[in-house]
Amino acid sequence: MNCEEASILLHALIDGELDAGHARDVEAHIAICPRCAAQLREFQEFRNSMTPASLRYAAPISLRSRIEDKLPAPRAAGSSRRSVIKGFAVGATASALAASGLLVMVMRSDDERRLLGEVVSAHLRSLQAQHLTDVQSSDQHTVKPWFNGRLDVAPPVVDLTALGFTLLGGRLDYVDAKPVAAIVYRRRVHVINLFCAPAPGSAKRSAAMESLQGFSVRRWTENGLKLWAVSDINADELTEFGEKFEAALRQ
Amino acid sequence: MAGGVADRSDGGKAEHFKALALPHLDAIYTLARYLLRSASDADDAVQECYLRAFRHFDTFRGGPIKPWLLAILRNVCHATYVGNARLVYSADTRSESDTTAAKPIWREDSETPEQAVLRRNDFETMRRLIGELPAEFREVIVLREINDLSYRDIATVTEAPIGTVMSRLARGRKMLRDAWLAAEGEGRSP
Repeated sequence: MNCEEASILLHALIDGELDAGHARDVEAHIAICPRCAAQLREFQEFRNSMTPASLRYAAPISLRSRIEDKLPAPRAAGSSRRSVIKGFAVGATASALAASGLLVMVMRSDDERRLLGEVVSAHLRSLQAQHLTDVQSSDQHTVKPWFNGRLDVAPPVVDLTALGFTLLGGRLDYVDAKPVAAIVYRRRVHVINLFCAPAPGSAKRSAAMESLQGFSVRRWTENGLKLWAVSDINADELTEFGEKFEAALRQ
Repeated sequence: MAGGVADRSDGGKAEHFKALALPHLDAIYTLARYLLRSASDADDAVQECYLRAFRHFDTFRGGPIKPWLLAILRNVCHATYVGNARLVYSADTRSESDTTAAKPIWREDSETPEQAVLRRNDFETMRRLIGELPAEFREVIVLREINDLSYRDIATVTEAPIGTVMSRLARGRKMLRDAWLAAEGEGRSP
């Protein structure tokens, strides 16, 4: 990849629009090209300094009512004035509900999709760059304290060796441009990266399985943490890993 | 007045349309404001967009409605304000230095001292700088950074291939960042 290509693709990288393969190519170029690396940093900072909410315009209320007036009224003919008004009220409530639900869903799914790409990229990076662990130990009491002072939260580290998932160690990684804990397990010859990102105040969400470019991802939210387990083992085994991990935490 | 049955189905369709489309009113209005750079023109264009969208609601094939509405709004803006200086698209051959050095085209015509102070606020400056970008860069920046659309949706709305969207976004961001740094520099100098 040359600088010209990279200078365009780095924006797609920032936007989470690249698949894992292309993201890897751009990252490989950036690793050896200080100029493009600086550009990536600058545009990331610039983008973070933009606050979309403050750049939006709110439609005037008069415009909203003008549009509503011009659209056919619900239950127009044959109903009393009272029921027309009631119909409006119900319609408005339904729209408001649909509005909030729809918006949240659209944003959430976009965001989740982007994060999914990022964790798979991080998983691939960890395998290729010979940088699987920062702290190598099968002892949870060594791995867990290593994150002290490196992260805002203490990630959950449990030893699942007896259950068929060997703890290899831990690593500091980046997802969504924020530091996260990566706890590394091994299943036979397969590596499982468990990414933990602080998500203060987020509600518990039960696990969902996804697959992206041949990798299985199990994601869930618990105790103010977002977790993604990523591996090339099959979905059933990754589900087993996730369930055993969650069970071990509760003990 | 038409018969009861027709009214009822019309009303039902309208209710469905409203529930789907009205939640995106701010997003549609935002694009209109940036494209037309005038509150009253944006009002008219958004109203026309919603009426047109309702008339053609039968052709909406499901999926997210926001890109569909944004595409209609963009067409309305182009059809109604064709030849308008604000909607002029620069030729793609135009060099970057031309566009970044371009003089601001837009100013509040009657600016009070209070407004002048407000304009110095960061987000007012950013809004202004986005508004000063050539239209083809302005629209991708607004769709991506403010309306949070995916590249695929931006390509649909702007009727451009994804590769074009990517290069416009890259250049648009560079222009905007350069303009922002220049504005910051002006703000600091005495």
